[in-house]
Amino acid sequence: MAATAAPAPGSADSAVVVRLEGIAKRFPGVVANRDVSLEVRRGEVHAVVGENGAGKSTLMKILYGMQKPDEGAITVDGREVHFRSPADAIEAGIGMVHQHFMLADNLTVLENVILGAEPTRLGWLDTRRARERISTLSAQYGLGVDPGALVEDLGVGDRQRVEILKVLYRGARVLILDEPTAVLVPQEVDELFASLAELRAEGVAIVFISHKLDEVLRVADAITVLRGGTTVATVSPHGTTARELAELMVGSELPTPDTRDSTVTDVVELSVEHLTVLSPEGRALVDDVSLSVHRGEVLGIAGVEGNGQAELVEALLGLRAGTGVVRLGEQDISSWPTQRRREGGIGYIPEDRHRQGLLLSESLWENRVLGHQTVRPWRRGPWIDRKAARADTERIVREYGVRTPGVDVPAFALSGGNQQKLVVGREMSGSPRLLVASHPTRGVDVGAQATIWDLLRQARADGLAVLLVSADLEELIGLSDRLVVMLRGRLVAEMSPDDTTPEMLGSAMTGAFAAPERTA
Amino acid sequence: MTTTVEAPPGGAPERTSRVAAPLGRRVLLAVAAPLAAAVFALLVSSVALLASGNPPLEVYSKMLTDGTQLRSVLITINNAVPLYLAGVAVAIGFRMALFNIGVEGQYALAALLAASVGAAVQLPGALHIGLVLLVAIAVGASWAGVAAVLKVTRGVSEVISTILLNVIAAGIAAFLLAEHLQKRVEGSNNSATPPLPESARFPNLNGLLDGLGITAPQGTNLGGFVLVAIVVGVLYWVLVNRSLFGFEMKAVGINPFAARASGVHTKRTTVITLLLSGGVAGLVGLAQVLGTSYSYGLSFTAGLGFTGIGVALLGRNSPIGIAFAALLFAFLERSSSTLQFIDVPTEIYVIMQGAIVLSVVVAYEAVRRIAATQAERAVRHATEEIAA
Repeated sequence: MAATAAPAPGSADSAVVVRLEGIAKRFPGVVANRDVSLEVRRGEVHAVVGENGAGKSTLMKILYGMQKPDEGAITVDGREVHFRSPADAIEAGIGMVHQHFMLADNLTVLENVILGAEPTRLGWLDTRRARERISTLSAQYGLGVDPGALVEDLGVGDRQRVEILKVLYRGARVLILDEPTAVLVPQEVDELFASLAELRAEGVAIVFISHKLDEVLRVADAITVLRGGTTVATVSPHGTTARELAELMVGSELPTPDTRDSTVTDVVELSVEHLTVLSPEGRALVDDVSLSVHRGEVLGIAGVEGNGQAELVEALLGLRAGTGVVRLGEQDISSWPTQRRREGGIGYIPEDRHRQGLLLSESLWENRVLGHQTVRPWRRGPWIDRKAARADTERIVREYGVRTPGVDVPAFALSGGNQQKLVVGREMSGSPRLLVASHPTRGVDVGAQATIWDLLRQARADGLAVLLVSADLEELIGLSDRLVVMLRGRLVAEMSPDDTTPEMLGSAMTGAFAAPERTA
Repeated sequence: MTTTVEAPPGGAPERTSRVAAPLGRRVLLAVAAPLAAAVFALLVSSVALLASGNPPLEVYSKMLTDGTQLRSVLITINNAVPLYLAGVAVAIGFRMALFNIGVEGQYALAALLAASVGAAVQLPGALHIGLVLLVAIAVGASWAGVAAVLKVTRGVSEVISTILLNVIAAGIAAFLLAEHLQKRVEGSNNSATPPLPESARFPNLNGLLDGLGITAPQGTNLGGFVLVAIVVGVLYWVLVNRSLFGFEMKAVGINPFAARASGVHTKRTTVITLLLSGGVAGLVGLAQVLGTSYSYGLSFTAGLGFTGIGVALLGRNSPIGIAFAALLFAFLERSSSTLQFIDVPTEIYVIMQGAIVLSVVVAYEAVRRIAATQAERAVRHATEEIAA
């Protein structure tokens, strides 16, 4: 078996399975990849990191045969290969597990795995042989998947293992995992990493694409950093910190989200008392939550996703029914519909801008109006004043640094970071009193992230009350004046960002760490 | 495709060409779609004609020469009016991704009840017509309202409910006509509502034509209801392009989650939209009731609601586009009757209608994708320039 320790990067090694050399790929107007070199060895987890737009997806598409490189060579087991399609890549032993699973819910694991590669015997489906093969693979790699189970009954982690099994079944010896942990909760991440260790021990090479640097450091044997379409470094995780990696990705000193002086006032802008939100089955998604946010204060809500943060936010916006009292300033807004709450001064940065924040096919100015369609200057009685809307959109583009050739461009044409800047600009316009920000920098590049942090800080200094929900612990600690931890629908701990480390916050989120009991 | 030169990244910036190119392309794209669709539709129709043993070119030229005569033009316009209204009724639903297939039932019930009420009362001219219009709008809207209520309270898809309501409407109309509202026409099997009095009849526009120096041929006229269609078209344009409600409608249609998060009352918007759609649908049969037959009977024109779906698709939900689509459909229908004289089967016009709708839908989708790619590229160029 191949050694599990990482060989020193760059050393000539006969265990190299895949070698990319001098890969370049140009699209009209942009160079997605140039001079990319990558070596992946047997029994190695090789992480590929880089910010959005650094060329990770293009590189993986090239490796998986979905795109043809303009220059450079791919060698597998020392032989040069030219993939015309993913089928060729699979033939050469390279398989990919996409971020979004491609499974048929109403079929069994067995049926899903053999779909498209069905073993036959005299023209009939040979399920017996397939079942044996799947059981063998599952045992060999420690995947623990029951071939007879219905996929719809499986959890996310199991589904992911089915996807991996699907690829292994087709004979893959190189596995590309595209952001595999994005959809997993921490325990599932641990299980995935255990599976990866088994695969590695069996000599499978794994290309692991991720944003999450702490995970990369945990699981990888070698890390290649992409920046601006090219490979800038391959490092060993030993003796490398997340911060150093991030700096390699950005190519400069990292911006930090540290909030400087406190601007907290004693005016309560939002107060929530005994808010409870039930699921249709009667389970408490938000369980008796009470909190308050002052003018000029950022209240950070930490928690593993799925612990009621999304439901809390939706209840505050009036998108979800709940019991309890919500006050904005002095007013009880508990019974107000969403529109009235927004008119009353609640800005909302949704966690998924594509789902809740934008009309992707429509122009930027129409997206600027969205959510504020009932207020001046563009609303004149029953009409919308397009000129006023355009003018204000141009202001946002200018002030918030949205990179776009104009305000008539459809929203989908912008990059994620620029879409988010538009959303942030929109929600901070019209002097809101309270900003509910869910994952405000999710999926945006580091530059846009720094801009958004600055904007939030500026707004806070101007007296805005901010409720910040985030999965980025550094962001939470850096921006918040106060932190509360949400676990299974309840607020279980309150912490001060001054003496809290991401590690402490992380353990409080899982309930493992006995944080000081919450008093307020 | 155009051959605009793409400046290499980091190369000499050619600002003028970069800024001008997308505009030129946009114009080209706008023209390309209908042109490609027309060519494809003509091809399909030609194949159908050849298969039925008719020389396509001869048929087309016959259609053109007959169709451009004044008599045909007037008939085409008159026939286009109800198609236009049906098209707008469907398009209002399409704006927020609602599929009102029930225009058919909405206009049948509306025409029957409006004709009955119109015949039962005596009022001075304008008021009388106004009342009939109002009844038709109210009946059409109420019938669509049933589907709206089912949708927002019980989650019943409007596609299903409006189809079923069509069947119920046909039954109710037949029942009411047979049992309560009919007046037997002497010496005929046709049963119909009593005829409208003079005061409820919509004047034709032949006087206006005379003023323009055009004399309508004997036995033809330009129906006055075309004015109603124009008013509806203008109101529709204003609603969609300028009003707050039109914006909210569109938002719900494109992304209901974002619309809700933005404070749009999605249920209320759904109900109002279906009521508007049904109200316009109620007017579809009135061109005939007020302008030609003056009653609702067994021989009343059916099927306009379904044709309206094709008209709305062809017109791309735009007020002007729907007008062209309605005129084109009416022209084809008119042609089919003249084609009979040269022994071309009348069904050929149905094939043409289908071919046109299909090719337009495909062509516009293709153009939409090309335009989307170009928009992304344009943004990328602009962004690079800013970054540089």
